[in-house]
Amino acid sequence: MLILVLKRILLGLITLFIVSLITFVGVEVLPGDACTTYLEREAYGAALEACYKRLGLDIPAYERYVSWAIGVIQGDFGYSLSGEMKINDVLGPRVKNSLVLASASILIGIPIALLLGIITALWRDKMPDIIISTFTIFSMTIPEFISATLLILIVAIWLEWLPGIVIVPTGVSVSELLPNIILPVIAISMIMTAHMARMVRSSVIQVMASDYVQMAILKGVPYWKMVFKHVLPNALLPAINVVALTIAWLLGGVVVTEVVFNYPGLGRLVIESISNRDLPVVQALAIILASIYVIINLIADLLTLMLNPRLKSLQIKK
Amino acid sequence: MQQVVQEIKNLSIGFTSKKGEQISILKNISTTINKGETVGIVGESGSGKSTLALAMMGYVKHGLFTISGECIYQSNDILKMKNRELENIRGRKIAMIPQNAGQSLTPNLKIGYQIDEALRLHTNFQKEDRDVKISELLNKVRLPSPETIAKRYPHELSGGQQQRVAVAMALAGSPDLLLLDEPTTGLDVTTQAHVLELLNFIAKDTGTSMVYVSHDLGAIAQVSDRVIVMYSGEIVLDGPVRTILKNPIHPYTYGLLKSIPKLTLSGLPNSMSGSQPQPGTIKEGCSFYDRCEFAEDKCKINSPELEFVSDLNTSVRCFNHKKLHKKKDEDTKSSKKVLRKLTKNEILDISSVSISYAKQKFIEQLLNKIDDTNPTVKDINIKIDKGETLALVGESGSGKSTILKSIAGLIKAKDGIIKFDKNKILSNDLKKRDANYLRAIQLIFQNPDESLNPNHTVEEIVSQPLKLYFGLSGNELKQKIIEVLKKVRLGEFYLTRYPRQLSGGEKQRVAVARAFAAKPDIILCDEVTSALDVSVQAAVLNLLQELKVDFGTTYIFVSHDLAVVKAISDRVAVLYQGRLCEIGPSESVYKFPSHPYTEVLLGAVLEPDPDIKPKLVAEDIVEEKPPEKGCSFQGRCPRLLGQICKTDVPPWQIDENGNAIRCHIKINDLKNQQISN
Ligand SMILES: Nc1ncnc2c1ncn2[C@@H]1O[C@H](COP(=O)(O)OP(=O)(O)OP(=O)(O)O)[C@@H](O)[C@H]1O
Ligand code: SF4
Ligand code: SF4
Ligand SMILES: [Mg+2]
Repeated sequence: MLILVLKRILLGLITLFIVSLITFVGVEVLPGDACTTYLEREAYGAALEACYKRLGLDIPAYERYVSWAIGVIQGDFGYSLSGEMKINDVLGPRVKNSLVLASASILIGIPIALLLGIITALWRDKMPDIIISTFTIFSMTIPEFISATLLILIVAIWLEWLPGIVIVPTGVSVSELLPNIILPVIAISMIMTAHMARMVRSSVIQVMASDYVQMAILKGVPYWKMVFKHVLPNALLPAINVVALTIAWLLGGVVVTEVVFNYPGLGRLVIESISNRDLPVVQALAIILASIYVIINLIADLLTLMLNPRLKSLQIKK
Repeated sequence: MQQVVQEIKNLSIGFTSKKGEQISILKNISTTINKGETVGIVGESGSGKSTLALAMMGYVKHGLFTISGECIYQSNDILKMKNRELENIRGRKIAMIPQNAGQSLTPNLKIGYQIDEALRLHTNFQKEDRDVKISELLNKVRLPSPETIAKRYPHELSGGQQQRVAVAMALAGSPDLLLLDEPTTGLDVTTQAHVLELLNFIAKDTGTSMVYVSHDLGAIAQVSDRVIVMYSGEIVLDGPVRTILKNPIHPYTYGLLKSIPKLTLSGLPNSMSGSQPQPGTIKEGCSFYDRCEFAEDKCKINSPELEFVSDLNTSVRCFNHKKLHKKKDEDTKSSKKVLRKLTKNEILDISSVSISYAKQKFIEQLLNKIDDTNPTVKDINIKIDKGETLALVGESGSGKSTILKSIAGLIKAKDGIIKFDKNKILSNDLKKRDANYLRAIQLIFQNPDESLNPNHTVEEIVSQPLKLYFGLSGNELKQKIIEVLKKVRLGEFYLTRYPRQLSGGEKQRVAVARAFAAKPDIILCDEVTSALDVSVQAAVLNLLQELKVDFGTTYIFVSHDLAVVKAISDRVAVLYQGRLCEIGPSESVYKFPSHPYTEVLLGAVLEPDPDIKPKLVAEDIVEEKPPEKGCSFQGRCPRLLGQICKTDVPPWQIDENGNAIRCHIKINDLKNQQISN
């Protein structure tokens, strides 16, 4: 068991290493470099030299990679180009804002998804299923930028219930942020919830058709008891990984939604720094997003391992 | 008057097809189950047996619905009951033992919990009493150390043990009626015989009525008082077990019984042509019409009704049943088995082969060797002559398939040499094998669903070996494919079919055709008939036999079904835990099963005759690993000689018929002991 966990962690680290290499190399082989892009027409002579020196571009690439990597491990991403700020200072509040947005979406989305998935599966082909399923399939097909725009149009512009776009400074406290995130959270969680609900539905239906559930019914186990004891534990186990994937995929949704709502999170920073050609920030973002991805999947794997008696005893025996 | 436990009246169950038609899969079933009676329901796959058994519990699968009729339990129609009422009956009054216990136990709940659940639902016992009761129940189904079993998860038990747990669970509510859906299918012969014996004991002990659903007439014969034969959703025959099995007056049952290989019969059983019609395809006439050897014109248009024949106490659905009344087994002429001509022309020589599944350690991988003193298969020496059929038998886990795979080059043997055609050594690495040897040895698998690519047509499947080994193409290829298909009795119109459009028997024929297309010298058959219904099995066996006559092919035939093996093989090798126990000409092995293990195996065979009972001479313990030293069978041997069996590997002994066994007891003593028993 322990060995397995260590193996998974090692695998995650290797993935991160490869991502860091790819982003680094990607930046290297692009024509021009950070300084020429930044200084544009003034990219010559002393200004360029100074810039190179400041960013440490005057030393060989591999050395730069090593020192950058060491910095990253210590939690220091170096300097951004444009504002000459420490990247950490740029990232910090953004990470916090995005986390608030993402975790609110997850906290609301997962329970709703589970509930809808289970309801649709248990009332399969009956009215509740038909209504909810139509709705989930519908919301799965609309991309975020459309649903987000629609939300702004309806709730903010026509009904004037909530502010349409977020106009708060990056560094505000969570409590000030909250009223602003309602619409973005709805926009993000709609697709995610729909996806997860579909997954949960099919997983529950599959388990409901299994021989052991049929057996439980034939044993005279009351319906709800059967659902909670025999169906859900077995149906939700495979759903854990799906949830993890959906969360990881939510990162993409966050980017789009943040831009539409002008929300000061990581997603908007991605777009901003790409359009500003702020390569050090792009690099940092790539690493951060990849780590989140790896960590979420790791947690899902470990949870599955812990909850599945089959895997557990297999591992112990060995 | 006998007390009736359940009465089924005019029951029809069906589904709505995609075209909106209503299609019945059970048609007008009427019968009664009496108190204390065991009723066997037999029929081939898809005949509606399970659907009927489930209906008796008021359960209709998703997608199916009751068209008409009722199942009366204690003067109420169980099919119309509300869930609340059903919960009080299911498990308490009527309990089910499922087909595949492995899949019918909830994987995340411990055995103890699952039995306790049944007790909590159906008895008023307190916690302490229930714990005692759990142990009692597990004891009753003869599971060793109930306390530890109760703490395990289902996947930590063997198949036979899971089946016993299912029985224990069903007994928890002391039901009036036990429904058993293929409770022993998929178990080893010995385990199967033990479970049946247990069920018989329970029936006597508790007076419970049982409905025993199976496709296996051997098992039905052992447990039933009465037998119902189903065909295509109808009852075609219903009567006392001896009448049904000894004087079957319905043509289908008559044919079915003839197509079963039996130990008492030499040679291959007769096959029945055709296959059961798909539900909804028969609009008028007798549903057995196109397979019936007694059919007349009237059968094509009129559907026969179930008719009661009072002197036999049997109901039958056939216009011509009188023709079969006096017909006895005498005219069962089985096609003669073609014995090999003793050519002494060795085609395969397996010498000292050992195979290990142990994971190679890193160092061993580097050195390319395996260091396992107790491998899965050890020290196999077999020489096979050209044109011979050698059978490998043994319980599951005895290494039969492993040996086949290593001959085919799919698994690397750890030690030993396999020589082909006298002196050509077959490399144990598939990649290094000469293409000609790859062609010469072909494999046919147990499950055609898995071995045929579902996205290829029959034409594409059969063309592969022809293209690969003979470089055929164009018209020549097409002609050859048609020729090969004709050999396995499949017409040209099968060319464009996909595997899913074929029946089980047809699929297996395609697999046989693919193997023969390579013009092989040796064909390795791995349980090729065990996924098939008996009537289809006989046809495939006959086909293999004919092809052998035509091409002089050598077969190595693996099966757990000893009657099938007897029918087809020239020589038998008996394996236990990957070690050879006995090898010899099948005639004499079956007549004098000298080795104690062969004796145990043959004793457990179920004959479709209620008067021949299996002999259970050894416990059906499952051994995880072969013993480190001594005789491989020491753990279960009923004739254990003593310490010597535990320390020394027994020597080979040969008798005058050419039977070779590996045992410390003198071969003649073994025979005498068996005769005196
Ligand atoms: N949910 C369903 N919808 C439509 N057809 C079904 C459904 N379930 C079963 N059938 C069909 O009903 C027929 C009878 O099925 P059933 O499971 O009762 O057969 P069986 O005799 O128990 O077969 P086996 O020996 O393979 O278990 C088959 O033709 C099957 O294809
Ligand atoms: S009714 Fe006719 S076709 Fe049907 S089983 Fe009897 S003889 Fe055969
Ligand atoms: S050697 Fe001993 S244990 Fe093995 S079969 Fe003979 S008597 Fe039984
Ligand atoms: Mg069935």
